[in-house]
Amino acid sequence: MAASTPQLWNEAQPSPADGERPDYVPAGHDLSSVTEKISSLVFTRPTGLGWLGCFGFSNVLVLIFLGAVSYLLLMGVGIWGIQIPNCWAFDITNFVWWIGIGHAGTLISAFLLLMHQKWRTSINRIAEAMTIFAVMCAGMFPLLHMGRPWFFYWLMPYSNTMSLWPQFRSALIWDVFAVSTYFTVSLMFWYMGMIPDLATLRDRATNRLVRIVYGALALGWRNSARHWQRFEMAYLLLGGLATPLVISVHSVVSADFATSVVPAWHETVFPPYFVAGAIFSGFAMVILLCVPIRHFYHLEEFITIDHLDVMAKLVLATSLLTSYGYLSEQSLSWYTGDVVEGYTYWFRLTGFGQYALITWTLFFCNTIAPQILWIRPLRRKQSVLVIVSLLVLVGMWLERYMIITTSLSRDFLPSSWGFFTPTIWDLAIYFGSVGVFLAAFLLFARVAPILSMSETRALLPGAHGPEVGR
Amino acid sequence: MNTQASVYGLMAEFLTAQEILAATRSARQAGYRAMDAYTPYPVEGLAAELGMRKSPLPFVVLMGGLVGGGVGVFMQYYSMTINYTFNAGGRPYNSWPAFVPVVFELLILVGALAAFLGMMFLNGLPHPHHPVFNVPQFARSSQDRFFLCIEAADPQFDRQTTAEFLAALHPHGEVIEVPRESSPGPTVA
Repeated sequence: MAASTPQLWNEAQPSPADGERPDYVPAGHDLSSVTEKISSLVFTRPTGLGWLGCFGFSNVLVLIFLGAVSYLLLMGVGIWGIQIPNCWAFDITNFVWWIGIGHAGTLISAFLLLMHQKWRTSINRIAEAMTIFAVMCAGMFPLLHMGRPWFFYWLMPYSNTMSLWPQFRSALIWDVFAVSTYFTVSLMFWYMGMIPDLATLRDRATNRLVRIVYGALALGWRNSARHWQRFEMAYLLLGGLATPLVISVHSVVSADFATSVVPAWHETVFPPYFVAGAIFSGFAMVILLCVPIRHFYHLEEFITIDHLDVMAKLVLATSLLTSYGYLSEQSLSWYTGDVVEGYTYWFRLTGFGQYALITWTLFFCNTIAPQILWIRPLRRKQSVLVIVSLLVLVGMWLERYMIITTSLSRDFLPSSWGFFTPTIWDLAIYFGSVGVFLAAFLLFARVAPILSMSETRALLPGAHGPEVGR
Repeated sequence: MNTQASVYGLMAEFLTAQEILAATRSARQAGYRAMDAYTPYPVEGLAAELGMRKSPLPFVVLMGGLVGGGVGVFMQYYSMTINYTFNAGGRPYNSWPAFVPVVFELLILVGALAAFLGMMFLNGLPHPHHPVFNVPQFARSSQDRFFLCIEAADPQFDRQTTAEFLAALHPHGEVIEVPRESSPGPTVA
């Protein structure tokens, strides 16, 4: 059978010996070299100018963020461009965008674990770290956008003397529980997976203080086979719990819009549509992080082009899902015959001078640009992947922005119509949050095991005795 | 000269997963029970060779999930139908469909906490010091070597015969004695 025959329908799965299907195992590595390679990134590799430059730049953004947040807490949300009718704009756009980005990390960790997909091993630590930092950035916005942020703790049911309870029937409170749960579970999943690798770093550390710190974090892990069995069971269980969590969190976030009566928000399609969009932007961010990491840290054998290829396919798939969401929204809004809803969608598409430019830009970024990933050689080119990922991230931000501002700008009463213009403080807090994410991620890359050493070892040939591989 | 009290056990080092699986199987067949294998990654089948049965962790997580969900149900029911009732959009006080998201999230949260904390508790972690760390070569158990340690607490343990048994399994290097106390002297700086 000629190797060039395209396998259109995938009837017969080719065995790895064919060379057609990648096995995602780092080539030419054994137990010692895997450990050596990853721990050397933490211990022996010098902190180069590149890392310092990026860290310095992201800290500038962090300072901008801190300044803008201080001014916000002092003066109130009036410093933003929000007004009636546009009472939500950058704040909730950023919140939904960041939470969406976080979802790919949990999907890679938890969902792909349950599906026994070996390719998750090289990227799951990076993806989980991305999730933690993205959810941290996201969680700040609901707190910052409050008119009275000093009452933020009223969102939680705490014992008080005022008979005060949160409004459990509101999607905004469901958000509080969903995002808190998501952050806690992601943090536990990430940390628990790191314990064996922290033990490796503890055992390889030469500096006494460094060894004590890693040792404390590793909790005395001693690689006992009995412990490993319970560890793997707990890891699978956490994966099983985190998978429905991914779906539920962004569905609850979409319920912030769907449970309202605002035209073009009150859509039952929102939960799956938002979840697909979240995975879409999340994988774009993972690709965007993986490409420089594999380049600058020389991890090409671990994060191979095949890994990037399969992630690009997922970006393409979710792009198609999201585009189907756009199509169904637009066509059904006409089909319902509802004047207000039909007008809102018409306004989004044709209101040039208002928001239509944003709408068409996001259609290009989310629907048109990812179609290039159908072409296999281009899908395996890192420059193409970086450009497409950036476009997708921009497009998804614009999509959240469009959904929020267009519906609020022109809803039921024409006398209430308005137009939103961002102020410098909106932009400062948004770009500042990007800086917070970058700074945290760079720190993670410097001091933490960036790849899962223990899981990679388990992938190597001969790792499990007589039977080769899993 | 009975040094058995100061010895935690005897340890043998191996280079591959195949060897540790065979060694553990032999040790169990020889009747040793108080032993453990140390590997840099979870080796399939090794826990079974050590005689471990199914873990109670799934049940712990189930209980945790039910407790979390139960707390969610009770908290919302009590607050919204008994303690502080109010009419929100014409819904009945016990508007249970609106209570589902919080119940689900609390179920996942407490279940996940149960998984993590349950695993830690069953493994006895954090356990900052353990006699096996007194062996310098043991640092490679988290990197690229496999160790089998037969503990002195085992009824069949005997300093001489157990050492001979381990040597017969063809370990890498000599059979290692694991001291109970760490030896005094300068630690690696």
